[in-house]
Amino acid sequence: MSFKRPEGVLKAVKQVRGGVHVSHHKNTAELPVVRINPPQKIVLPMQQHIGAPCEPVVKVGDIVSVGQVVGDTDKFVSAPIHSSVSGKVVAVGDVNLPSGVVTKGVTIESDGEMRQYEGIKPPVVETREDFVKAVRESGLVGLGGAGFPTHVKLAFPKEKNIDTLVINAAECEPYITVDYRECLENSKNIISGIQLMQKWLEIPNVIIAIEDNKPQAFKALQDIAGEFKVKDNVKLMTLKSVYPQGAEKMMVQSATGRRVPPGKLPADVGCLVMNVASAAFIGRYMRTGRPLVSRSMTVDGSAIKEPKNVRVPIGTSISEIIEFCGGFKEEPEKILSGGPMMGMAVFSTDVPMIKSNNAILAFAKGDAELKKERDCIRCGRCAQACPMSLMPTLIERYAKIGDVERLNKIGINVCMECGSCAYSCPAGKPLVQYMRLAKSVVREAAKK
Amino acid sequence: MILDKKLSVSASPHDHSKDTVTRIMLDVVIALVPSLIAAVFLFGPQTLIVSAVSVGTCVVAEYFSRIVMKRHQTVGDLSAVVTGLLIAFNVPTSMPLWMVMLGDVFAIVVVKQMFGGIGMNFVNPALATRIMLIASFPTKMAEWNAPFTWKNEVMTTASPLAEIKNIYRSGAISNASFEGKDLPSLLDMFLGKRAGSLGEVCAIALIIGLIYLLARKVIKITIPLAYVGSFAVIMFIAGGFNLTFLAYHILSGGLLLGAIFMATDYTTSPINFKGQIIFGVGCGVITALIRLFGNLPEGVSFAIILMNILVPHIEHLTTPKPFGTVKEKKVKEAKE
Ligand code: SF4
Ligand code: SF4
Repeated sequence: MSFKRPEGVLKAVKQVRGGVHVSHHKNTAELPVVRINPPQKIVLPMQQHIGAPCEPVVKVGDIVSVGQVVGDTDKFVSAPIHSSVSGKVVAVGDVNLPSGVVTKGVTIESDGEMRQYEGIKPPVVETREDFVKAVRESGLVGLGGAGFPTHVKLAFPKEKNIDTLVINAAECEPYITVDYRECLENSKNIISGIQLMQKWLEIPNVIIAIEDNKPQAFKALQDIAGEFKVKDNVKLMTLKSVYPQGAEKMMVQSATGRRVPPGKLPADVGCLVMNVASAAFIGRYMRTGRPLVSRSMTVDGSAIKEPKNVRVPIGTSISEIIEFCGGFKEEPEKILSGGPMMGMAVFSTDVPMIKSNNAILAFAKGDAELKKERDCIRCGRCAQACPMSLMPTLIERYAKIGDVERLNKIGINVCMECGSCAYSCPAGKPLVQYMRLAKSVVREAAKK
Repeated sequence: MILDKKLSVSASPHDHSKDTVTRIMLDVVIALVPSLIAAVFLFGPQTLIVSAVSVGTCVVAEYFSRIVMKRHQTVGDLSAVVTGLLIAFNVPTSMPLWMVMLGDVFAIVVVKQMFGGIGMNFVNPALATRIMLIASFPTKMAEWNAPFTWKNEVMTTASPLAEIKNIYRSGAISNASFEGKDLPSLLDMFLGKRAGSLGEVCAIALIIGLIYLLARKVIKITIPLAYVGSFAVIMFIAGGFNLTFLAYHILSGGLLLGAIFMATDYTTSPINFKGQIIFGVGCGVITALIRLFGNLPEGVSFAIILMNILVPHIEHLTTPKPFGTVKEKKVKEAKE
């Protein structure tokens, strides 16, 4: 697709290497986000984020309302969990995460009223610390899929000299269109979120980066920027649509030309990267005080009858969401939580969606087929595709013979499991699995 | 609505490119077809028989060696077809069929399968076979058929390569050096009207194959370009900047066949750009040195095999640093 860069929109500073050209399947791009019918029951796992799990702060029989805290912890790297319905706590105990991992959870039966918690009011922010604290209380975690607690990212020490906030609207995973919808439907919140972060975190420059296959998103944001009299240190930028453009390190390089060294974070090169939906959430939360109790997600795939973008209360079961989208039109063979490149295959639909879950994709047989694994022919496609300059084929070999020294030398730990290597392998090698194996080999060796 | 059906669970990613090993090998076969057609025109139907026998033997050898070794069957990936075709391309049309078959078995069983099969052999099977055949049957491997006679008649004249070697050894080269010599015209050389192995003679057909491989993204131009480029630079200087001399060298022997189809063999060439450049230049330099100073009739096979052996070392030296690694020099500079 040829794309003319709108006026005033920047070009990527430095294109990343490698990556793959996946088929986009953005079938739901033109479908506005619709609200799902309130669920009768929600299950809130206490581990919906990277970091320490929460502890339930309610007990069976408690009456809760929308936005009330049901799980929290005093650990820093964590985020509180709020009820997304009003009703009665019916169980506190072990529940399944979509991954099959068992964790503590709170099950709430809805009374159907969706009563708001009285305690909800816009946070009062006077200092940077207040701002970070407010974001923690909102329960926000990275909505782009990673699920890292946002306030931890925002609490960077001042001496890091962060000068650029990169708003990630690349949405490079196939099928998923909720970030795109966010740009179209929620541009006001995005801009106000950005302005608040600029103000409290003292970040001078902002770059909103969007892949060049989404021209309408640029237009929406440009219009609103004019309306809000956004200063010209907030810039839009086009990125080539190549997977994994939206990965943090890729984002930083495209937007600023800086390269995040192995084992470091964007903050170490003066950048803060935030998903566009997270930015919009901050904008809305600071105005209303309503914590993270629902999110948008794309429901699509060959087995889904009516693909949709839906806004879902956190904790709704996957089967209920699929039912809202007309159910299955074909028997599903594989159901993913997340996109086809990095998402996870779920073992059952009787699991809740969680905060970091941006899509549910169901595929019929034939669309979920894997290539048969064959011997590596050393074609080099995996190495060419790897945005991290790794050599997956060699890593596989070293991992299998347990050559820790070489694995370290080749830099296995920078692998972000983006799947570009496995996507391009003609021999059908499950390379991401081998990368995980290699990491565990290295980890085990380090323990000794 | 709870599904009672078992969902399939696998590691990400859940989408894959359409490339398969079989499709890649099929592309290589397709890229070899123009040269095969040219060979039929030049040397007659016998070329088809040699090629068919060679391919058939390779496929059967692959099939049975996998069974004997109790490994999963790989005959369907078509790599044995490629090897078979390449071996046929590397022998004269008049080669006795049993010798070709011996070479095929050697390539598949000894060079490829004994080292673990596709992706594991460290030298190119077809080239190892060519060298083995030259060593075992030196006269048969040098009995060229005359083009367009379509008979198994053997040319008595020297190959163009030997002729240019004589010219080079006889002193300073000028355009006059080529007059009155027993050489095909450059146009004939380009079209393949010359003595040589079955598949190596027709430059234009080989180049069509190259373009196909590039268009299908099966190979990149890096190795052929580094190979022929470095070879050309040396020959240009050695030949006293004589273009005719250079052109004859590029078009004779198995240079193009080697640079396009053998040096680019995935298994026996480096994966990374830098490594591919080193590999290609190495092939070019060694080929040039052998042709200028060696006593061997042809340098291409030896050059590529030698570089094949060095691939693990090249790979080791050129493994890229992971993304974002700061060069040591820069760190030092920053500290200062
Ligand atoms: S090795 Fe890791 S970072 Fe590189 S392509 Fe594969 S999954 Fe992505
Ligand atoms: S892409 Fe697959 S076949 Fe090619 S080198 Fe990598 S692992 Fe081997």
